[in-house]
Amino acid sequence: MSRPIVPAEATLELPAGKIRLLSGGDGPALLVLHHDVGSFGWTPFHEALAGRFSVDAPDMPGFGQSDRPDWARHPRDLAILLLQMLQDQALQQVTLVGLGFGGWIAAEMASMDHGRLRALVLVGAMGIRPPRGEILDQMMTSHIDYVKAGFRDEAEFERHFSAEPSPEQALAWDLNREMTARIAWKPYMFSHQLPQLLRGVRTPSLVVWGREDAVVPLSCGEAYEAALPHSRLVVVENAGHFVEMDQPAALARLIVEHSGEE
Amino acid sequence: MFIGYFTERPYQDPHSGYFGATGKPVMDLAMSNASYDPKLGADLYHRYFDEKIYAEEMGFDGLMLNEHHSTPFCMGGVMNAEAAILARITQRAKIVLLGNVLPLWDDPLWLAEDLAMIDMISRGRLVTGWVRGTGRESIAHNAASPYNWERFQEAHDFIVKAWTTPGPFRWEGEHYQYRYVNPWAWPYQQPHPPIWIPGVISRNTVKWAAERALPYVMLATDMEPTKTSFDYYHEVARENGHKSGTQNIAYLWKVHVDETEELAEATALKYVQGPSNPFLEGNQGIVRPFIQNLPGMTSRTNLLPTIVNRAAAQARGQLPQDAPKAPGDMFGTLDSQLERMTIITGTPETVIPKIRHVLEYLRPGSVFFWDGDGAMTHDDAMRSLRLFGEEVLPAVREIGKELGLQSSFEVDPMTGEPVPEAVS
Repeated sequence: MSRPIVPAEATLELPAGKIRLLSGGDGPALLVLHHDVGSFGWTPFHEALAGRFSVDAPDMPGFGQSDRPDWARHPRDLAILLLQMLQDQALQQVTLVGLGFGGWIAAEMASMDHGRLRALVLVGAMGIRPPRGEILDQMMTSHIDYVKAGFRDEAEFERHFSAEPSPEQALAWDLNREMTARIAWKPYMFSHQLPQLLRGVRTPSLVVWGREDAVVPLSCGEAYEAALPHSRLVVVENAGHFVEMDQPAALARLIVEHSGEE
Repeated sequence: MFIGYFTERPYQDPHSGYFGATGKPVMDLAMSNASYDPKLGADLYHRYFDEKIYAEEMGFDGLMLNEHHSTPFCMGGVMNAEAAILARITQRAKIVLLGNVLPLWDDPLWLAEDLAMIDMISRGRLVTGWVRGTGRESIAHNAASPYNWERFQEAHDFIVKAWTTPGPFRWEGEHYQYRYVNPWAWPYQQPHPPIWIPGVISRNTVKWAAERALPYVMLATDMEPTKTSFDYYHEVARENGHKSGTQNIAYLWKVHVDETEELAEATALKYVQGPSNPFLEGNQGIVRPFIQNLPGMTSRTNLLPTIVNRAAAQARGQLPQDAPKAPGDMFGTLDSQLERMTIITGTPETVIPKIRHVLEYLRPGSVFFWDGDGAMTHDDAMRSLRLFGEEVLPAVREIGKELGLQSSFEVDPMTGEPVPEAVS
C-alpha cells in the first residue's frame, strides 16, 4: 500500500482576498470545489484522487479560511474569482470536480471558460431548478441537521463528527451557511440562466448523483445531463448528497475513468 | 408620561385545536393556514378595532400596532392597513407602529407613501417605528437575512430623504435604486413623523438609535437587561451630544387589570395560552431557534444582555427548546414572569404599586401596556381597559409626574428641550 499523501497547505493572495488551498498528489491538474457547508478537509476521497492527479482543494471565497468577498451576490461571482485563480496559476487541461454547491460554481466556471477544462464532474450539483421535487431549504433547518441530511444516514454523520459536533465545527458550518445565504438566497440554489449557458460547453462532463441524495433531487442531475452536450449521468448506490463521503472510492474511480487517467 | 395600549391581535379559533392550554402544539412556521377562517378573521379584526377605540376613550395616549407574518399570534401582517383605518376612526390617540419591518421592503418608496398617507389621514398622529423583524419575517417574505441590517439602514435613510427633500431626485444605493423619487404625498407632521426604534436583541440597533437620538422601545424584555440596555442607550446618546433622558426610552410589558385578584390571575394565564407569541418565554408555542437565528441576521458579537445567552446557545444548534414542551410547562413560567413583573396582573389596587416599581427602576418616559392577548376574550380585554381608564391610568400619570418621567412629546429627544406645543 502506498504511503498516505500529506497535503500541503497554501494561501494564495488574490486581489479579491486570500484563498486557502490544500494540495497533494502528482499528475494532471484537478480542482475540487466543496459543498455549501464548507470543506471537510483532506478526506479519503482527496487521497484517492491524489494517486492520479495533482489535486487542489481550495476553500472557496467566503468559505472556511478564505477571505469573504463582501460584495459577492451570486455564485457566478465566486466562479469568476476561481477562474482568475486558475488563470494566475496558468493551469490548463484542468479536471474540475464540483460537489453539491461547488458543482454549481464548477458549472458556472465551465460556462465561462470550457477551453481550460479537460473534464467536468458535477456531483449532486445545485444550480438548476429541479424539474421535479425541491432542493432542501437549509434556512428552514438547523445548520447541524443540514449537514446530517447530506450523509446517507445519521450513523455516517456520527462516524465523522460524533453525535455532538464540536462548537468550533458547528460555528464553521454556521459561518459557511451565512456565505451561502449571501449569494444564493433567492432564487434558492438555482440560476435560470445556467442551463442555457451550459449548452455551449464542449467539455466532456460526468454528472454523478447519490441514489439517496436528500438535498438535491436526482431530477437536477437529469437536467444537467440534458443541458450539457457531452455528458452522462451516473447514479451511485448507497450514497446521499455527500457522495464523496459516503462512497469515496467509487466516486474517485468514476472521476479517474471519466478523465481518461486509467 | 405617554401611555400606550398594545395587543398582538392573535388569531383565535376555538375550533382549531391550537387554542387554549390543551391544544395542539403551536410550532413556529409549522402551521398550515388551511384552517384559516376569513369570517372569523373579519370578526377578530372588528373586535380589535373596537378595543382600540375603547382604549382611546379610556384615556390611552397611543394605540400601538406591530407586524408579523405567517403566524397566528399576530394578525397584523399588513399593519399599515390597520393603521390607516385607525387614522380615520380614532380622534386623538397617536397611532404607534412598532414597527414596519424595513428589510422586507423591496420598494421602500411605497412604504414612505403609505406612511405619509396615514399621517395625513390621522392629521399628524402617526409615530412610525422600524424593526428588523425576526427570522420568521425574513423567511415569510424571503428577504436575505445577511443583508437585513444594511437594508434597514439604507431604507431608513431613503425614507427620511423622501419625506424631507423635495423631488424629483434619484437614489442609486446599494440595495435600493430609484430613477424618480417624487411621491405625491407628504407627511402631515414636519419635517416627518417621529421615528421610534423598538428592539429586543441587537446592540447594533440600540447604538444606531442612540446615535440619532431616536426613542428606543424595549419590547417585553426582563427588567434587569432592559435597564442595562437603556443605560447603554443613554451612554451612546450622550457621547453623540444628545441630552438623553426619559424622553428617549420606552418600555412595553404585559399588564392586565381585573375586578378581583382571582379573575386577574385566571385571565393572566391566558397570556401564555392559545396563539400567543411563542417566542416570548413561557408561552405555549414552540420556537425553532434556527429560524430566529438566520445566517447573518444578527451580528454574533453584538447581542444585548436580554438575549445574549439564549441566542448564543440556540445559534449553535438545537437546545431543549426545540423539543415540544408539555402543555403544563407554562404554568410555572407564568409564576416566574409574575414574580419578575414582566407580567403584572391584579386589581387596580395591587397593580399600581407594581407598575410604580417598574417605572422607578427603568425610568421610561413612555410605556405600553400589553393586554388582551393570547387566549383572552373581548370581555377580558374590555374589563381591563375600563379599569385602566377609571383607576390605573390616572394613578400612573401621577406617578410619572412625581418621578419626572417625560415623554418625547413633552421633551424633544434630539435636543432635550421642552416641546413647544407641550408647553403651550
